Amino acid sequence: MKFTSLSKGVAVSAVALATALTAPAYAGGTIDVAIVGEPDTFDPMISTKDLVSIVTQHFVETLYSFDADWGVAPLLAVDLPTISDDGLVYEIALREGITFHDGSSMDAKDVVASLNRWLTVAPRGKAIAAKVDSIEASGDYGVTITLNEPYSPLVSLLAFTNSAAVVYPEEIIADTIETVVGTGPYQIAEHVPDQYLQLTRFDGYVSRTEPTSGASGERSQTPDEIRFVPVADASTRVEGLISGQFDFADGLPAESFARIEEADGVDPMLLKPFGWPLFAINHKDGLMTDHKIRQAVQAALPHDDMLFAAFGDDNFFLVDGPMYPEGYVWRNDASVDLYNRNDQARAAQLLQEVEYDGTPLRILTSRQYEFHFKMAEVAQVALEAAGFTVHMDVVDWATLGQRRNDPALWDVYITHSPFLPDPALTGLYYPTSRLGWADEEKDRLMGEFVQATDPVARQEIFAQIQARLLEDVGFIKIGGFSALNGVNSGLEGVIKSPWPFFWNASVN
Amino acid sequence: MQNYLFHRILGMFAVIFLVLTLAFAIVRLAPGDPAALMLGPEATPEDVVQLRERLGLDRPILTQYLTFMGNAVQGDLGESIFFKQSVLKTLAQRAEPTIFLSLFSLSFALVIAMPIGIYAAYRRGSFLDQSSVTMAMLAASLPSFFTGLLFQRYVATELGWFPASGYGGPDADFWERMRHLILPSFVLGIVNSSIILRFTRASMLDIMGEDYVRTARSKGMTEKRVVLRHALKNAAIPIITVVGLTFALLVSGAVVTERVFNIPGLGNLVVSAVLRRDYPVIQGTLIVVAALYVVINLITDLLYLIVDKRVKY
Repeated sequence: MKFTSLSKGVAVSAVALATALTAPAYAGGTIDVAIVGEPDTFDPMISTKDLVSIVTQHFVETLYSFDADWGVAPLLAVDLPTISDDGLVYEIALREGITFHDGSSMDAKDVVASLNRWLTVAPRGKAIAAKVDSIEASGDYGVTITLNEPYSPLVSLLAFTNSAAVVYPEEIIADTIETVVGTGPYQIAEHVPDQYLQLTRFDGYVSRTEPTSGASGERSQTPDEIRFVPVADASTRVEGLISGQFDFADGLPAESFARIEEADGVDPMLLKPFGWPLFAINHKDGLMTDHKIRQAVQAALPHDDMLFAAFGDDNFFLVDGPMYPEGYVWRNDASVDLYNRNDQARAAQLLQEVEYDGTPLRILTSRQYEFHFKMAEVAQVALEAAGFTVHMDVVDWATLGQRRNDPALWDVYITHSPFLPDPALTGLYYPTSRLGWADEEKDRLMGEFVQATDPVARQEIFAQIQARLLEDVGFIKIGGFSALNGVNSGLEGVIKSPWPFFWNASVN
Repeated sequence: MQNYLFHRILGMFAVIFLVLTLAFAIVRLAPGDPAALMLGPEATPEDVVQLRERLGLDRPILTQYLTFMGNAVQGDLGESIFFKQSVLKTLAQRAEPTIFLSLFSLSFALVIAMPIGIYAAYRRGSFLDQSSVTMAMLAASLPSFFTGLLFQRYVATELGWFPASGYGGPDADFWERMRHLILPSFVLGIVNSSIILRFTRASMLDIMGEDYVRTARSKGMTEKRVVLRHALKNAAIPIITVVGLTFALLVSGAVVTERVFNIPGLGNLVVSAVLRRDYPVIQGTLIVVAALYVVINLITDLLYLIVDKRVKY
């Protein structure tokens, strides 16, 4: 038989079709992402920084992840765990055929070693280590976690990318991991500090097959490469985005919104709301250990003015008392009448009742985040109007990070947090946090909250915790704020998230 | 001459010893904790204490100082807390962009400043003289971050002539990396040209009134020969001094320009190291900068010997 050009064409087409059907549908290309700085580490167990989470989630993975509604979904686990009736034993089945970037296969020994390390070195792991009796392998692809008291946020904690319970090969487990080896869809190809981190597609990756939802489901490894470029200056990130140097720019200033909106080929990506700025209160030492002083501060603060001064445009802030915004199951209105009182007369009356002697209220803040400082400035005026003597301690972020660990040096410090999927993940509620907020009623409720397994019951308990937070003034949520990112108009497959990821992204 | 060199080199070691001690003291007097920064906001004080122990930051200051000095005299400046690699390696990685940025900026500055400065002095009081002095004042008055942002926005982003920032990605070859330096070099060149221009002009004005210049003219030499051969050569010493100092300043870190253009050079490194409280890197950078200053000053002094035969050491 003659092998004609037609038959050649048919054969080539058939091969191409077969290849297309068997190989993943890669769109190819490189995604350049401008990030706000160089990550401190590539080991997300030891860091609670969002920047570390954003980068490392591409090459290391956890047993679980979060879907679009912040529900927990399996990632390296086959399914959600089987939990015993008493809530003490978690049986986790692991996926088979998962390969680490070094070519070794993942099994229960790796998971047990990684989770044990997580309990030892990770801030979030250490916080629950006392509740864990044992972590043991049950066969090659099964892990059993046994607790000594029920702890319902455990699965959320195992899904979180921040201080994350990621899985490493047993062989590299140590206090300090020099070279991170993960199972993620991308692997580190080259890292030039302060210049770029180049990630390339990991050919041995076996993706889940469920439809993508949030960070869960299929991870299609669409781009050939993802490059994270640390760019400390926000204006430089904006210019780099508009000039086409970056496909995605993280953490842009609110003032750049109009410029990005007007520029050709790029769009603003507003994550609304992203998180909540707060006044962290010192319950261990000083002025704020007095409940009435805390109430006076709460009464005096004009939250709306503070947010306006901090963010300027109401696209970027939300005057909102509940601890969670609309769309979260945790939202409730318990005691929100205590929020945004802006009542300096009431504050003055409370100060009179405790015979306030003019001891300065020390507000520790930084200009690293300009909105922190602007909020503090407005608060200072309101607090002084109420009769407080206010001492503003404006330092750089490194100094703030050090001083807040010494209760003798501050009364209030200003920080912010994203809205975390489960309130139990917010450390400030616990008396062991640096705030030291210990309140009998709240602590009892927190104990119930972390032990309850019924979702509705947990929501009801959280409403009581929120009420107690506002009544006892554990810490003060100022409101909600949005985060601005910028994207190339042709960039597809990136969803809005506090920890954006790019394994499903492509640039047209 | 040998005696002079010996004393200068001895002095250099004394300066570096002082800088070593000062660098060690200054970074530790500043508040802030690298361990707290590395662990992030949710870390407890106990976590911070544990990491400080692992990093060796809990040891007595005197022990840390003696270890630091002992290692430094052996050429070991320690290990970066942040990068987990030796400080010397970290500094070496940042040397290329900074050295080329400095060379290019100085070249731009000289190309702009020297001809204008000489001509302005030669045509004192002319329109060009007055306008060059005004432009030099303007260039010196504009902060480099402002000039940098202007050029970045209009020349890089709007016109697309040069990359807006960075030093090239994994595929960038040497020439591509150099292309990333053109715009920041030009910005730095403009800023630094003002001082060189004013020094050149002032120095040339002093010389142009000297008897030997008048004598050269009366002997019938061309103006070009008078200006370039007789006047400029004799005006060179202050110009060399300011060029040397400018170069030392540039190499020691064009902090703002490197930051604005996101160039991973020494200037950017030292700012990041301060923000991260990466003590060994701050110390190492200060020592290298001090050594550079001393060496560049020495080279400048030796250059005097070449341009002016009357100078003797």
